[in-house]
Amino acid sequence: MSLILILEQVLNGLQFGVMLFLMAAGLTLVFGVMGLINLAHGALYMVGAFAAAAVAGWTGSFVLALMASLAAAAAAGALVEVTVIRRLYDRDHLDQVLATFALILIFSEGTRWLFGSFPLFLDVPSYLSGPVTLPGGIQYPLYRLAIIVIGLVVGAGLFWLIARTRIGVQIRAGEADREMIAALGVDISKLYTLVFALGAALAGLAGALVGAIQSVQVGMGEPVLILAFVVIVIGGIGSIKGALVGALLVGLTDTLGGVFLPRLFALLMEPAAAASLGASLASMLIYILMAAVLLVRPSGLFGGSA
Amino acid sequence: MKILKSLAMATAVSTLALSAQADTKIGMITTLSGGGAGLGVDVRDGFMLAIEAAGRDDVEVVIEDDQRKPESAVQIADRMIQSEKVDIMTGIIWSNLAMAVVPAATAQDVFYLSPNAGPSALAGKRCHKNYFNVAWQNDNLHEAAGAYANDAGLTNSFVLAPNYPAGKDALTGYKRMYGGELAGEIYTKLGQTDYAAEIAQIRASGADSVYFFLPGGMGISFLKQYADSGVDLPVVGPAFSFDQGILQAVGAAALGIKNTSQWNKDIDNAANAAFVADFQAKYGRLPSLYASQGFDTANLILSALDKADVKDQDAFRAALKAAEFDSVRGDFKFGNNHHPVQNIYVREVIQEGDVFTNKIIATGLSDHADAYASECNM
Repeated sequence: MSLILILEQVLNGLQFGVMLFLMAAGLTLVFGVMGLINLAHGALYMVGAFAAAAVAGWTGSFVLALMASLAAAAAAGALVEVTVIRRLYDRDHLDQVLATFALILIFSEGTRWLFGSFPLFLDVPSYLSGPVTLPGGIQYPLYRLAIIVIGLVVGAGLFWLIARTRIGVQIRAGEADREMIAALGVDISKLYTLVFALGAALAGLAGALVGAIQSVQVGMGEPVLILAFVVIVIGGIGSIKGALVGALLVGLTDTLGGVFLPRLFALLMEPAAAASLGASLASMLIYILMAAVLLVRPSGLFGGSA
Repeated sequence: MKILKSLAMATAVSTLALSAQADTKIGMITTLSGGGAGLGVDVRDGFMLAIEAAGRDDVEVVIEDDQRKPESAVQIADRMIQSEKVDIMTGIIWSNLAMAVVPAATAQDVFYLSPNAGPSALAGKRCHKNYFNVAWQNDNLHEAAGAYANDAGLTNSFVLAPNYPAGKDALTGYKRMYGGELAGEIYTKLGQTDYAAEIAQIRASGADSVYFFLPGGMGISFLKQYADSGVDLPVVGPAFSFDQGILQAVGAAALGIKNTSQWNKDIDNAANAAFVADFQAKYGRLPSLYASQGFDTANLILSALDKADVKDQDAFRAALKAAEFDSVRGDFKFGNNHHPVQNIYVREVIQEGDVFTNKIIATGLSDHADAYASECNM
């Protein structure tokens, strides 16, 4: 196994982690500030991808498509918050899970009704397609590098928003004590809608970015949603920093585990059995990681005392 | 409450009256929502096209969505067999779902005709007199691809497939016919959408070609990422990664790729020409191989119903086995294990106007039976 291959896999893990971060950031914000478990977050990811595919189909512009994904997911998020989610803040988690699960079904079948059952076409724009050669002779797709950069820029922007702006102060205050900031005269319902729409927009952006290299189809959000939950549990619920670290950990573990475990088993048994057993074990690896983190830190890496 | 009760009674009676009219009840369990929905929709649409064209009012079809989940497929099957009392079942797309449903159904004296999944276990030792596969045994298309790889002079393939029964059948089938070396062998997660890690391994492996079996959205993701990675080794695959529903989403990245199929829209016979034209007229899209399998399954059932009553199981089974219907594949016959003995073709992805589709360029395997038939003592 060459060093180049290992480095390339590390880049793949990073790219996957950055993607997960965009999903997990919204999820952890909504859970941290509003105390809401939002299973429909994956549906917003799908909305972003479909909006991008539709706009790219009409206009041919990838930049417009990305903007459409942000706008459509934020609008869908705000709409859902005002009509449904708002009624769930004071209910217990079981009610929230039930209601947001219903939202998944509504979004999925609604999308199928609008766009049909067959996957949509969304391609990488020509100026980002193809591989580039990195120092050390690694050939790596330019688009995946772009995803890493966009993800890190968005992450930095989010840290700035939370740490340095007035809205960020309100969001942090909301996490610490909801009743108190309402009593201090902050329009809490507007703040909640804003946070929810922000989280939705990030999920939509992730969906559009990934949609260009994967298949844009109904139900694409649910597998990512499960991973995003793993990320926020590892990182500590409510913490953006935790979401970033957790996402990178999960991305790297999943990618590197999937590559190296089968090779490890291949030293011990015949290739076909090793490939099959290694693949099975690799898909459990992130859950083992989660269990290990929770054993040492029950509230996650950066979680408050639970 | 009283009104409600009498309403319920009335509905119950009218359902009874309806089902009394239909002599034959067909239960279809297929995937109509979630990631694999395109395949199930095609099978259903092909199947219903034939049923509606027949215009028989003594055949009733009940359709349910399994959401690609084995547990819900099992629940639906139990309900269909025990309360709906279906005579024939069909529709399952995925081999892991077929393994969960088919043995139980055939053991309860229900006929099962598979329009897609053909796991090796059901073709060999666990073959059953009430189980017919109208599509193919899972290995078949992959065997043809292995034979094609030899013809094309490929000697060092990198192979990958999802980690589930059909994925293992796929690579077994490819390796059975393929005579060269393996540069690598990977089982991916079922439903995986990112193949960056696998593509990096392909790049580093020194392979001269790639063989992959990734049906549905998995294949779309893989092909787009492969095209973008700069690895330009020739790719060979089974038709599942290049069916009509997928090609439009992949776009130009698939052009020129060779793939193997038992059906294509340019197979020259009257039944196929009519099927392609009627399907397009009714649904406004080109049929895929899944649609052709659904269509053939329905026509096989109809041909058997013309000869025998489904309640007379021995006569009906013999009529199914005879397979006297106009298959869109041309000649169609069953082997001893109730799996097709058929030609498998090599196709190439081409562009016709705005539409990406396939054309046949060679016959990969002629009158090909599956490798498990000898293990079946029926």
